[in-house]
Amino acid sequence: MSQRFINWFKFASPASFYPLAGKAWPWFAALATAFCAAGLWISFFVAPTDFQQGEGYRIIFIHVPASWMSMFIYCVMAFWAAIGITFNTRLSGMMSSALAPTGALFAFISLWTGALWGKPMWGAWWVWDARLTSELILFFLYIGYIALTAAIDDPRRADKAGAIVALVGVVNVPIIYFSVKWWNTLHQGASVSLTKAPTMATTMLWGMLLMALAFWMYSIAIALYRVRAIILERERHTTWVAELPEMQR
Amino acid sequence: MKPRHKRFAIIVGGLAALGIAAALVLNAFQSNLVFFFTPTQVAGGEAPKGRAFRVGGLVKEGSLQRTDITARFVVTDTAKEIPVTYKGILPDLFSEGKGVVAQGSLGPDGQFTATEVLAKHDENYMPPEAKAAVDKAHEASRTLKQ
Repeated sequence: MSQRFINWFKFASPASFYPLAGKAWPWFAALATAFCAAGLWISFFVAPTDFQQGEGYRIIFIHVPASWMSMFIYCVMAFWAAIGITFNTRLSGMMSSALAPTGALFAFISLWTGALWGKPMWGAWWVWDARLTSELILFFLYIGYIALTAAIDDPRRADKAGAIVALVGVVNVPIIYFSVKWWNTLHQGASVSLTKAPTMATTMLWGMLLMALAFWMYSIAIALYRVRAIILERERHTTWVAELPEMQR
Repeated sequence: MKPRHKRFAIIVGGLAALGIAAALVLNAFQSNLVFFFTPTQVAGGEAPKGRAFRVGGLVKEGSLQRTDITARFVVTDTAKEIPVTYKGILPDLFSEGKGVVAQGSLGPDGQFTATEVLAKHDENYMPPEAKAAVDKAHEASRTLKQ
């Protein structure tokens, strides 16, 4: 491989990814804090009241970014699963495992804030429409992935089994996204999409996008932090871990 | 073919097969996945007979009558209409000209008796002043057309 490009395969080794992740996560955590502060400021003080839902609509600033994140993290997990099976890299399975709890958290936040929003606006905490049900299935997929990988003692075999769940379950993500288009649902259509202009006031949109960025940065930071712990746990018998400065105490 | 190419091909093939299977299953369950039926579908006989289902559409302007806690209104999809009666508390967002989903059953007289009424709102969010401006613009374009 040419020397002019970064040799990405170098970072596929846990020994070289561990210090990189250690250097990177505080930056992402700092960015997450900054974006979250700006996003919450706009959400609560700058964005105007809605013409129909009043102040109650403000839960959208948590609900929509959390839902986006829950779908996106699952796609990233499926990506790492595909890489792991194709190239037989150890780090891929660790990345998937590091992402799963965060994805489950966002899926739960999405369902929970949705219930809190649904009761006053629709008149029901929960309805079995296509959007809500498919998001609930996504939450169960995350739980299933975590349970399955935890149930198998050999981490390499656990990664393989988990990768199959991640790849099979990814079919659900486009179903969640397009459910409001394909079927009659109680859930309204998308306010922000790639194909049409957003149907919300600009300041509201800014608040939502900043919160989405904050959730991105948080997810990256926490996943890197968690993957470091997983690397240490799985590689604890190796010499490079024994030689780490933090292991010398 | 190297082993890793083979494994990658299996993943791509597997995902494609799964995707097609999911699409076929969802297509077969199409009618069961529908949360509500529109008045046009009900008039066309697509709604299940003899058991409860949901009807969805807009509350027709000027159709809402309240006596005590019984509400009567007409659900329309601008083509067909269904009269609905409901005894209970209506959600806050329920109003004429807005989306609604009612669960209940259709009587032989074409009267829909609802046991639950949900408000369906749209994906538009804007401040009240912007809403007033949009309504004004609509009004202006309508008078221009006439």
